[in-house]
Amino acid sequence: MVIILARRIAQAVLVLLLVALISFAIFRFVGNPVENILGQEATVQDRNEMIERMGLNDPIPVQYARFVWDALHFDFGISYRTAEPVAELIASRLPATLELAFISALFALVAGILLGIFTAISRGRFLAGLVMTTSLVGVSLPTFLIGVLLIWLFAVELGVLPSFGRGDTVRLGFWETGLLTASGLKSLILPAITLGLYQMTLIMRLVRSEMLEVLRQDFIKFARARGLPERMVLLRHALRNTLVPVTTVAGLQLGSIVAFAIITETVFQWPGVGLMFINAVYFVDIPVMSAYLLLVGTLFVLINFIVDLLYLAIDPRIRDRNLRGGG
Amino acid sequence: MKNLVIRLGIGAVALTLAAAATAASAETLRWARSGDSLTLDPHAQNEGPTHTLAHQIYEPLLHRDMAGQITPGLATGWKALADNPNVWRFTLRKGVKFHDGADFTADDAVYSFNRAMMPTSAMKELLTSVKEVRKVDDHTIDMETNGPNPLLINNLTNLFMMDAGWTEANGASAPQDVAAGETTFAAQNTNGTGAFMLESRVPDQKTVLKANPNYWGKGTFPLAVSEIIYTPIQSAATRVAALLSGEVDFIQDVPVQDLGRVGSQSGLKVVTAAQNRVIFFGMNSGKADLETDNVSGKNPFADVRVRRAMNIAINRDAIKKVVMRDQSSPTNVIMPPFVNGWTSELDAIPAHDVAAAKALMAEAGYGDGFSVTLNCPNDRYINDEAICQAAVGMLGQIGIKVNLDAKPKAQHFPMITNKTTEFYMLGWGVPTFDSHYIFNFLVHATTENRGSWNNTGYDNADVNAKVVALESETDLDRRNAIIGEIWAQVQEDQLYLPIHNQVLNWGMKDGINFDVQPEDQPHFKYLTMN
Repeated sequence: MVIILARRIAQAVLVLLLVALISFAIFRFVGNPVENILGQEATVQDRNEMIERMGLNDPIPVQYARFVWDALHFDFGISYRTAEPVAELIASRLPATLELAFISALFALVAGILLGIFTAISRGRFLAGLVMTTSLVGVSLPTFLIGVLLIWLFAVELGVLPSFGRGDTVRLGFWETGLLTASGLKSLILPAITLGLYQMTLIMRLVRSEMLEVLRQDFIKFARARGLPERMVLLRHALRNTLVPVTTVAGLQLGSIVAFAIITETVFQWPGVGLMFINAVYFVDIPVMSAYLLLVGTLFVLINFIVDLLYLAIDPRIRDRNLRGGG
Repeated sequence: MKNLVIRLGIGAVALTLAAAATAASAETLRWARSGDSLTLDPHAQNEGPTHTLAHQIYEPLLHRDMAGQITPGLATGWKALADNPNVWRFTLRKGVKFHDGADFTADDAVYSFNRAMMPTSAMKELLTSVKEVRKVDDHTIDMETNGPNPLLINNLTNLFMMDAGWTEANGASAPQDVAAGETTFAAQNTNGTGAFMLESRVPDQKTVLKANPNYWGKGTFPLAVSEIIYTPIQSAATRVAALLSGEVDFIQDVPVQDLGRVGSQSGLKVVTAAQNRVIFFGMNSGKADLETDNVSGKNPFADVRVRRAMNIAINRDAIKKVVMRDQSSPTNVIMPPFVNGWTSELDAIPAHDVAAAKALMAEAGYGDGFSVTLNCPNDRYINDEAICQAAVGMLGQIGIKVNLDAKPKAQHFPMITNKTTEFYMLGWGVPTFDSHYIFNFLVHATTENRGSWNNTGYDNADVNAKVVALESETDLDRRNAIIGEIWAQVQEDQLYLPIHNQVLNWGMKDGINFDVQPEDQPHFKYLTMN
């Protein structure tokens, strides 16, 4: 058990180091921040001085070692664009992204499960078919297009929801929340739907197929034979048994919701870390880009690690691999 | 319970009415553009959107109005001293107060210029010719230059005045060092003399400005706006949607494809004017041999006949119609029309003539053509990549097979400043509104302090000397004559392939009267409402 755990941790560390190497390498060699900082009036001399000051002339391994060492101390350097410490920048932007991701995930989970049950039990009916067909839109249309379509419909044509921004926010300590004001909640609706639509479709289809599978099994027949009310049969017995794979998928999807927030945040001018990342890309703001990639990488590794641990706890076959050898 | 619902309902209606009432008084201007200001420190960044915000809060001694003309700001008069052409004397405006109530005096002006000349300042390049700034009396300062500088005032329009006492007291005596990642009090707080005061600001999200009740310009300017809410909206589609849905009143950077949509919507309009930015191609004619071509041992660009053939092979009218949807003004000189030295003769585009171009190519010994790589940005200028694609087709007609390599600006521009590209697109704005700025960066040979964007390999000793001479020539007629001579040489040598000047579009509510400023700098104190 301990060995497996240690091995998993070692793997996670290795993956993180690789992510760090990639995020360091891509941005060290793609683009040149000096141009952006100095602007068009700079002379050759100014440029050389700036390169020297930023340490861009040091050997590459030295720059990488410095990068990893600083990252371990949560020192991601200073944004070239806004001149704020990157760690603070991320800390101030993260609440917006986490709120959006949380509401999106909630929407995906609740709507996905409800629609999944609905399409499973009313299979073959027109309405269920319609839901299934329209759900194809969720998987096949790119996020930015869904976002623009929603803006066009609800902001421009109907004029009921805001097209951009976060509305009014309230500060609770270090956490700036939009969940406590009416305009903040209204602003959340369109981006949350845009971001969560794909995950919702995924969960809906997963619940539906699992549900159909479970409903065919004997214990459901017995439950019905015992005269349990249909609602009880569906929610208590059928749904419960479908939730195991759904939880796994939903957990893994949480990471991608945060990662995909980049596009949604750009379309809706949502002031989170995704928008910050896009700004950083335009400006070749290397420290911000590296830190963001590390953040997302860490998030994925962490979620995978937890899911692995959960498997360990749930499934004894993985835990006792040695015992399984004979069978 | 029912009571509560009713009460809530009434409250909501009252709130809505209140909101409608504020909107109807129309003094709040909600403004969006694609990017945000980078810092509030007025000397820490030399960049368009940063200056735009700073201009609302801070003021320079003289500034460019909505037509691009130099007008008095915090100085009421300026002249070079008759007995010493190295000294410019500025008479400062009296009775001006900073937002915190302190008086604006000569001490503040001297302090601000000295601050802008510090090593960490991004504005210091504009003041390299300045030797010393001196106080003469409480409302007069002298600016002494190393040798006469007849165009000094052109460099001062974005040099903002800060309060010496406030800046010192808050430990912001040096401009924020952006490269070292410093943030200072002055980067997050302001104390200017301008028509608007900073109310609140969250970078990249929202900046709120309130009208300055004690502004000196009351009666001089319309000052119709009492509050400005500035929101950067990056996505062009969302920015336009915000204007269409009435969530903002005024946007910059209207995408070309949405002009019709905004213009045709009732209650909205698009205002258009020529921008201070010219788009052109550069060719490295100085290299002995090009790396990206298929001609060995020589450089086809080195032959002026090839460059001329390329110039007349480009169909500028077609680019305007097809690529730019009529939103450009074709030109034959790398100089926007506001700039000193511009003439309609230089601007007139040559006839598009493929036959003549082919003849020139044959004469130069390239009748069978050659191939070369064109480097092009894809996120910097309006339809930049599409212009390059059009040019590829046009040059193909005279046998030049162009391989297009389009990259983001972050990768494109270093190729020009590092002199690694051989054929490239570039756009140029002229903040000083004088030809010297163009010559200094694009025509003078690359040296330590000049020619940093000249990637053509052009090095003409006579031209170089004339460019340097311009900096100290005080006789304006003679100076303009030299400018004309340099332009004649540049055109003769077909140094660049000019394409067009960009056009600026601002979208706004019908009730707003606002001209487009050629530098894309809205000064809201000039805005009026119906």
